[in-house]
Amino acid sequence: MTRRPAFVGWFLLPAILTALGLTIAMLTVLQYSVRAYIPGSLDVGGFTLDNFQDLMKGLYARAFLNTVWLSFKTALFGLMLSYPLAYTLVRTRTAWLKSCILIIAITPLFLGEVVRTYSWIIVLGNSGFLNSLLLAIGLIDKPLQLMFTNTGVVLALVHVTMPIMVLMLATGLSHIDIAYEKAATSLGASPFRAFLTITLPLSLPGVVASVTTAFAWTFSAFATPQLIGGGRVSTVATLVYQLGFSSLNFPFAAALSMAGLAMTVVLLAALKRMTRPLQNVGIH
Amino acid sequence: MTRSTRDRWLGYAGRLLVALILLFVLLPTVVVVISSFSSTSVLFFPPKGWSLRWFERAVSYDDFRSGFYSGLIVTAWASTLAVFIGTTLAIVIHRYTFRFKAVLEGILLSPLFIPHFTIGLGLLMLVAQLNLGRGYALVIFCHVVLVLPFVLRSLYVSLQNLGQRVEMAAASLGASPLRVVWTITVPLMLPGLFGGWLFAAILSFNEFTASLFITTQRTQTLPVAMYNYVREFADPTLAALSVIYIVITATLLTLANRFLGLGRILNVDAPR
Repeated sequence: MTRRPAFVGWFLLPAILTALGLTIAMLTVLQYSVRAYIPGSLDVGGFTLDNFQDLMKGLYARAFLNTVWLSFKTALFGLMLSYPLAYTLVRTRTAWLKSCILIIAITPLFLGEVVRTYSWIIVLGNSGFLNSLLLAIGLIDKPLQLMFTNTGVVLALVHVTMPIMVLMLATGLSHIDIAYEKAATSLGASPFRAFLTITLPLSLPGVVASVTTAFAWTFSAFATPQLIGGGRVSTVATLVYQLGFSSLNFPFAAALSMAGLAMTVVLLAALKRMTRPLQNVGIH
Repeated sequence: MTRSTRDRWLGYAGRLLVALILLFVLLPTVVVVISSFSSTSVLFFPPKGWSLRWFERAVSYDDFRSGFYSGLIVTAWASTLAVFIGTTLAIVIHRYTFRFKAVLEGILLSPLFIPHFTIGLGLLMLVAQLNLGRGYALVIFCHVVLVLPFVLRSLYVSLQNLGQRVEMAAASLGASPLRVVWTITVPLMLPGLFGGWLFAAILSFNEFTASLFITTQRTQTLPVAMYNYVREFADPTLAALSVIYIVITATLLTLANRFLGLGRILNVDAPR
């Protein structure tokens, strides 16, 4: 490392100020979470741990478990749909197919949660696209209830998280040297076997990264569970918003956020630890 | 079955699978496009008639217009500031060590896993406690924090690809470190800077959850205005607006793909 010139301090200043602002905002959440709620007032009372005790109540505990379960299903189904796309994107030699997948699978990433959730409302509604189609071809005789259900929310969430999963899986896959696969096939393995025994294990770090991201995204998704769940699917995000803006109970909203953050960190750390043996597989 | 026929069938099955998944990804977009041209305010499939009235309403609706302008202000400031902060930090992090380097980097990357609603809530409570108003500055700061991790990532990639040789040549010819940064590093990073800026701008323009917490009627961005609209009305105005959104985004991305190579920007091209 070279000696540090004087401009380094100046170059660091904007970043330090930004980090400071973020840290203070997070400390404010922490501080509010241990304050008493004064009904009907935006001011907060003295220090207390009651908020965290209230988190144990059925409604909130259920919302927590529901959020984790939704995130788990979203990550799992998202992975099943994203992997084939990512694999084809990286390995295909057909230029138009590559562009096609890039544009179709990645464009939604830049559309934002509201636009994408709205389009699923039109697809899933009782007189929406899916029900009209199924009724028209006679597969069902009364509309399926998809809006306001966990199934509808998961379907939309999978769609919302897929682009980032495809992107991360493709990044991982693109760093695998194709020579390994060629070596396996030249030694007589079928392409399928070469995939199962060579490419799949080597791509596991990308799988872990994409699942982790999908999990974190789903956990913090708000528009999708709020609009498609229509108040009947409670997640940590929708509860925090209701507590803050309908009940103006900011201390409890802060406590719920803190608990959510703590759980995200614990889950992500656990996921990383469980998959640590896999992390080294890809290095070559 | 011989092995080669089995492999061929596996290949067909794989292609069919990929086609079906692409269909799933495309489905909502196709449905939105169809509904945006519907003539009735209650949606049916197939629509009972066709019209362009929802497009007229989408571009003339006051909240969408003001949301669009607020969004542009916030996006322009936030993505430019994020690229400025990100560039200065990335250059220093890439070349020098200093105390608390990992801490600083960790804090700035943390919005990748801190839920957006927590960041929005924190900033909201912070300005409430300091008795500051909820103006543009708050929204811009929030967006800078949220897009900075993505900017940093794309800047690290372009710094890594840069190599140090040109910089060392300039330094050995007597250029001061600051001059090297200014005349060599930054100009060479320009494509990366532009890519990072575009990425930040798109993310900021579409950011919703944190913005919902911290914007007011005056500063609400387009996604927040759209969310409020869905909660009040069920007509296809939003479908028309979504179509406009999709067309603009797809055009930008297709152009980026043609001229910059999307695969390269997103780092998914296989090494050749």
